[in-house]
Amino acid sequence: MNTPLRRVGMAMMVMIVLLLGNATWVQVINADEWRKNAYNRRVLLDEYARKRGLITVADGTVIADVKETSDRLRFLRTYNSGPAYAPVTGYLSVTYGTSGMERAENDLLNGSDDRLFTRRVSALITGRDPVGGNVQLTLNSKVQQTAYDQLTAKGFTGSVVAIKPDTGEILAMASTPSYDPNLLASHDVNEQAAAWKQLTAKDAGDPLVNRATQALYPAGSTLKVVVAAAALADGKNKDTQYTAKGSITLPGSQTPLPNFNGTPCGPGETVSMETALAKSCNTAFGEMAGQLGANKLRRQAEKFGFNDPDLAVPLAVETSTLGPIPDDAALYQTGIGQRDVQITPLENAVIAATIANNGKRMQPYLVSKILGPDLKSIDDTEPDQVDTAMSTANANALRDMMIQSETNTGGEGRLQNVQVASKTGTAEHGADVTKNKPHAWYIAFAPAQKPEIAIAVIVEDGGDRGLGATGGKVAAPIGRAVMNAYLAGR
Amino acid sequence: MGSPVPAGEGSPGASVATNTSPGLKAPTRRGTELVMLSFAAGLVTLALILVELNQERSLSLRILYLGLAYLGLFACAHLAVRRWAPYADPAILPCVALLNGLGLVVIHRIDLALEGTVFPDGSTWDPVAFKQVIWTGIGLLLFAATLKFLPDHRMLARFGYTFGLVGLVALLLPGVLPGFIAPTINGAKIWLRIGPLSLQPGEFAKILLMVFFAAFLVSKRDLFTVAGRRFLGMDLPRARDLGPLFAAWGVTVAVMVLQKDLGSSLLFFGIVLVLLYIATERAAWVVLGLGLFAGGAIIAWKLFTHVQQRVANWQDPIARYDVIGGGYQISQSLFGLATGGIGGAGLGAGRPEMIPEANTDFITAVIGEELGFVGFAALLLVYMVFALRGLRGAISVRDSFGKLLGGGLAFAVCFQVFIVVGGVTKLIPMTGITAPFLSYGGSSLLANYILVALLLRISAAARAPQRIAKPKPQQPAIADQHTVMVERPK
Repeated sequence: MNTPLRRVGMAMMVMIVLLLGNATWVQVINADEWRKNAYNRRVLLDEYARKRGLITVADGTVIADVKETSDRLRFLRTYNSGPAYAPVTGYLSVTYGTSGMERAENDLLNGSDDRLFTRRVSALITGRDPVGGNVQLTLNSKVQQTAYDQLTAKGFTGSVVAIKPDTGEILAMASTPSYDPNLLASHDVNEQAAAWKQLTAKDAGDPLVNRATQALYPAGSTLKVVVAAAALADGKNKDTQYTAKGSITLPGSQTPLPNFNGTPCGPGETVSMETALAKSCNTAFGEMAGQLGANKLRRQAEKFGFNDPDLAVPLAVETSTLGPIPDDAALYQTGIGQRDVQITPLENAVIAATIANNGKRMQPYLVSKILGPDLKSIDDTEPDQVDTAMSTANANALRDMMIQSETNTGGEGRLQNVQVASKTGTAEHGADVTKNKPHAWYIAFAPAQKPEIAIAVIVEDGGDRGLGATGGKVAAPIGRAVMNAYLAGR
Repeated sequence: MGSPVPAGEGSPGASVATNTSPGLKAPTRRGTELVMLSFAAGLVTLALILVELNQERSLSLRILYLGLAYLGLFACAHLAVRRWAPYADPAILPCVALLNGLGLVVIHRIDLALEGTVFPDGSTWDPVAFKQVIWTGIGLLLFAATLKFLPDHRMLARFGYTFGLVGLVALLLPGVLPGFIAPTINGAKIWLRIGPLSLQPGEFAKILLMVFFAAFLVSKRDLFTVAGRRFLGMDLPRARDLGPLFAAWGVTVAVMVLQKDLGSSLLFFGIVLVLLYIATERAAWVVLGLGLFAGGAIIAWKLFTHVQQRVANWQDPIARYDVIGGGYQISQSLFGLATGGIGGAGLGAGRPEMIPEANTDFITAVIGEELGFVGFAALLLVYMVFALRGLRGAISVRDSFGKLLGGGLAFAVCFQVFIVVGGVTKLIPMTGITAPFLSYGGSSLLANYILVALLLRISAAARAPQRIAKPKPQQPAIADQHTVMVERPK
């Protein structure tokens, strides 16, 4: 009987080995699949049991805090000035997950980031609870608040982005309508659900979308600075002459391309590039784009940051594009920022900042420092030049033209004693331009000779001016107020 | 029966060493056992300390007393072995002590986690760790009593048929009795309720039937080895000898249908097959039996919804996560195991209370989550050492009944572990069965302590020095004897 007994022994060992093999599969090799399953609340509960890191703005003001509670999820996330900062901070919700910085820097905030490894080990040894790291943003509280207040004062739907041109630090990133992330961070499941239902309702206006990075708009006339930059790179200068007609016909079609209100750009047959930009003449820029061709235009746009699907600040940013440009008619229309041109407010701010920074494009970023739980800096973000979009001479030439443009732009709130370089845009969208109210754009930087802030402002659907809205009337006052808030507070 | 040293030739209990080399006592290895028991006690105390620390309770001397009480309990068991089975295998009892101790710690850990929880039906969690301590004490008493009153395992063979009848009744009783004494709990009808006590007679029936089968097969062994026809290189048994196999199969199906207890029926049938194989040394029985089982399983799957449910939960637990009786439990088990990963969350630091039945059928998942793959593998290896040491005794023991019973008992434990751990880790469909020595439940623990006593008894018989029959004094051949005249009585 010993032979079969030994075989039974073998069978028992095989059974144990099978169990060990399967355990290896479940716990080691394939563990991530189960760990990251949406139904697995263990990881989330663990994160809540750890004290999450804080999010602060540049001056140290805490905008995302934690409060210890007595309930099962030991720590409650609280947001100060929630709606103003919500597009950047995002929310942290047990039921609805995370967004914004809470998502982009989640590993760091919950303490599992590798950069916190040594601190975790020491916490393990000393027996203290591991704590998340803190994120210090580049946002300037005054600029951010001004941007948010300006947008909400008249109930606008839109966005403001402000960038420090020589570093790429994002000084403000506002988006309206906004929301209070405290409601979604609540530990009361019903309160969360009610807030979620309200925020995602059809008529709520998509408050959870950060328009600065997630929304794509037609660029309108603000794209003319990109076309001008391409023309300058192509050997043209501010005095190069273009057509001054009030309206031209698109090549290969009967469709007219008129100037604003169909008025001619100047008294003569032709007009200089400088005047064309200052008066934002569509006919001249259509012709300019036509002369350059799609390739040169596209190359210039890419140097300004178009077609970059991997851009993250570290919030993921939608990709701005010029569109397919299948023929010359499309090329003319692209030249004035219409047709299939799609751009985020952030990218438009990057264009302004790049011109302001003598043509050197800096990587835009929101996180200036990563701080350990002990508030010692672990990682500082260094400014990073990603491309040279223009030569210094061309950038200065374009700047001078934009100064002329600012002089030509109406609207309120002109800055005193500070020279501003800007470009407005009134972007038509939708099928029927006579009924759809245009988006109002304004990109600018100041002081023009030594720029310290570059901004992009968009107000959707004409703001309070409806069909008669222009970038100058609706968006420019907001941009000027934002720049003033920064320059006055230096 | 009071004497620990029964008389008789070749008695396995003989403690008087009368070996071929007189004066040299065979080592009993009881000292080794005591050292290993102390080690197990140390590990269990450490585990308890970790649980208390991680559940953020203050450490007190109470833990030390608990550890000492536990050590004392098993020291008594050790003394019982020393007194009544001095030559028993030294590794088996420490394995059991470690498993049982760890089980107590985990049951206590689940108690702490669920303390004060109010369930949807309004009832509150009832701590059970103390009850399990009482059961452990009773189990060890039963263990000692078995060793004391069963000096020779062969005594059992005499009552083979009695045991068989009692076992069969015990196995099927809950299935046929009305609901007020045999309630259906968690879908299975395997309990008997007598006053405040709940018993699972099936746990004891398992051992009784094993004794019966061992005795029966030893006495009828020749019958089963008579060859029938040869088929595919195997000697098939004769049709008339298939009776016991079909009987076992019938009982298995009855258990599955009447009591909806898939795990027990699988376990029971597996044990019968292995016993048949050990007794006859012929693989044909196994093949035939597996064929029968496969057929039965397929029919059961077609007919019974509870079988279909288990299979569907096994195939894709996530898809049936929200279904009542669906994949929630197995999913939680897998989430726990995967989140534990290699090193585990730490005893008392995971969230195993999220798994329903965490302290009974899914107790191994708790250990996998909190001690990680490392602890899980160690647990399986402890089971393997236990089963292989038991098998070792069966191989060395000299009588056929002992070999058969010992092999069957060792296999039963290993196979039960395979069924329950395989179910918990999604290797096979979950069938609902306890983990030996770990799970909360009195019947299972008591029955398993009797099982351990039997294994120790068999291993003691195997390791005890055999009393060699005294050589009879040499007598000259009768033919060489002188003729003696015997006087006729007057």
